[in-house]
Amino acid sequence: MAEDILVEFEDVSFTYDRRPVLKGINMKIPRGKVVSIMGISGSGKTTMLRLIGGQLKPTSGRVIVGGEVVHDLDSEGLYRLRRKMGMLFQFGALFTDLSAYDNVAFQMREHTDLPESVIRDLVMMKLNAVGLRGAYHLMPSELSGGMARRVALARAIALDPMLMMYDEPFAGLDPISLGVIGTLMRRLNDALGATSIVVTHDVQESLKMVDYVYYLSQGVIVAQGTAEEMKQSTQPLVHQFVWGEEDGPVPFHFPMAEYPRDLGLEQANA
Amino acid sequence: MPRRVGIGLRGIGHSVINGVWRLGYASRFFALTVLRSGTSFRRFSLAIREIYFSGVLSLIIILVSGLFVGMVLGFQGFHTLERYGSEEALGVLVALSLVRELGPVVAGLLFASRAGSAMTAEIGLMKATEQISALEMMAVDPIARVIAPRFWAGVISMPLLAALFSAMGVFGGYLVGVVLIGVDEGAFWSQMQSAVDFREDIMNGVIKSVVFGIAVTWIALFEGYDAPPTAEGVSGATTRTVVTSSLAILALDFVLTAFMFRGH
Repeated sequence: MAEDILVEFEDVSFTYDRRPVLKGINMKIPRGKVVSIMGISGSGKTTMLRLIGGQLKPTSGRVIVGGEVVHDLDSEGLYRLRRKMGMLFQFGALFTDLSAYDNVAFQMREHTDLPESVIRDLVMMKLNAVGLRGAYHLMPSELSGGMARRVALARAIALDPMLMMYDEPFAGLDPISLGVIGTLMRRLNDALGATSIVVTHDVQESLKMVDYVYYLSQGVIVAQGTAEEMKQSTQPLVHQFVWGEEDGPVPFHFPMAEYPRDLGLEQANA
Repeated sequence: MPRRVGIGLRGIGHSVINGVWRLGYASRFFALTVLRSGTSFRRFSLAIREIYFSGVLSLIIILVSGLFVGMVLGFQGFHTLERYGSEEALGVLVALSLVRELGPVVAGLLFASRAGSAMTAEIGLMKATEQISALEMMAVDPIARVIAPRFWAGVISMPLLAALFSAMGVFGGYLVGVVLIGVDEGAFWSQMQSAVDFREDIMNGVIKSVVFGIAVTWIALFEGYDAPPTAEGVSGATTRTVVTSSLAILALDFVLTAFMFRGH
């Protein structure tokens, strides 16, 4: 591939408590693109983000970000790399004891020597980008779910990261907030010249804005392609997921015993 | 039958290994906290903020409890001393009981249930809501930024609270003994002054309260940091903080007392 690759998974496996979570993942994320990792809950999507951020180490294989093997870095190198990353957590993960303003200013204060007046301008610009400049003084408990997610987004882009990671950015949002967050993610990616990885199971919303999709099932990438290719896929797993069908390769039922036996009918018949 | 014994033995082995593992993990956590304390001192405002939450906000319960414990000591002490005709020694009894034992121990127990439980719940919830994870991803070390300032705040607050507890207790003893019952005021204070030794009694009490401060804060922070990120996990960790640190205070008190006051 001639493209400039920012994040690469090379045959990555990850085992948690003897349970294999990821099995031989190979994935390339080109610079400047918005790439989505999709799959049902528990398929190992969030684990992939944690591997990229160096919060977990792969059991085997390599995760390479910007030319550096993440798990070979010492803690200083890891922190240096993380400064170039932004992450939006599932429910925002805002610091509940700090106002929206202070949340966005947090990283600037921790990592730079900028004077407070400059920080103020930067924070206001970031909050303006997510449409919440007027809410700078509110505490996280005073924000709605969608607003909190937007403040968290402003916080994640505080230091203009080269790589943005979104962990279920659409979870639990109303349709309007959903659209707003989706549009913001795309717009910020292009404005910042960043690369984005979106982990989600919200198919319809994410297919509107992503460039490329990896579909993960039980720790294996079973399908990949552009949003359009995914929509038209005839592969049963992907088809069931994209169109939200109740039954298919992913069964409705959890593995179980025979129904009559659980109802005690066998003994009755006997 | 042998199978059941096997299961029992395995259970015991498992819990012993688990306990040792947790102790090792907690020790490593403690070492990391101390090693990464630089930020807390460079940016002392971080620690000051925590001193406010764990120290200043514990003042009311500490002061009120100190006063009541002192007043009870006044009554009980007077009753016993009166039998031997040495009511004047009431000041000595009240002061020594407080600075040697009750001050550090009761203040420590109150500190564990007031500030320790709050620390555990706060850290546990920060973990459950991914705030700790967010710090890591922002390249901010949560041990240096969140844990260490709270640790030093606890270590600094605890001796001060114990001292205030003892002071209020002495005042409570004075209120009951001198003002209410009518023990001679001069004897009350002068006997106290001559009998309480600065190094033997007061310093040893201060050492105890510093040790309790370290133990309670360490346990509280570790339990919070180690709590499973669920409602049940955090509530269990909060309970464990209060139970473990109370037991630790009493056990440490016994050991310290045995070392400090042997031969006296």
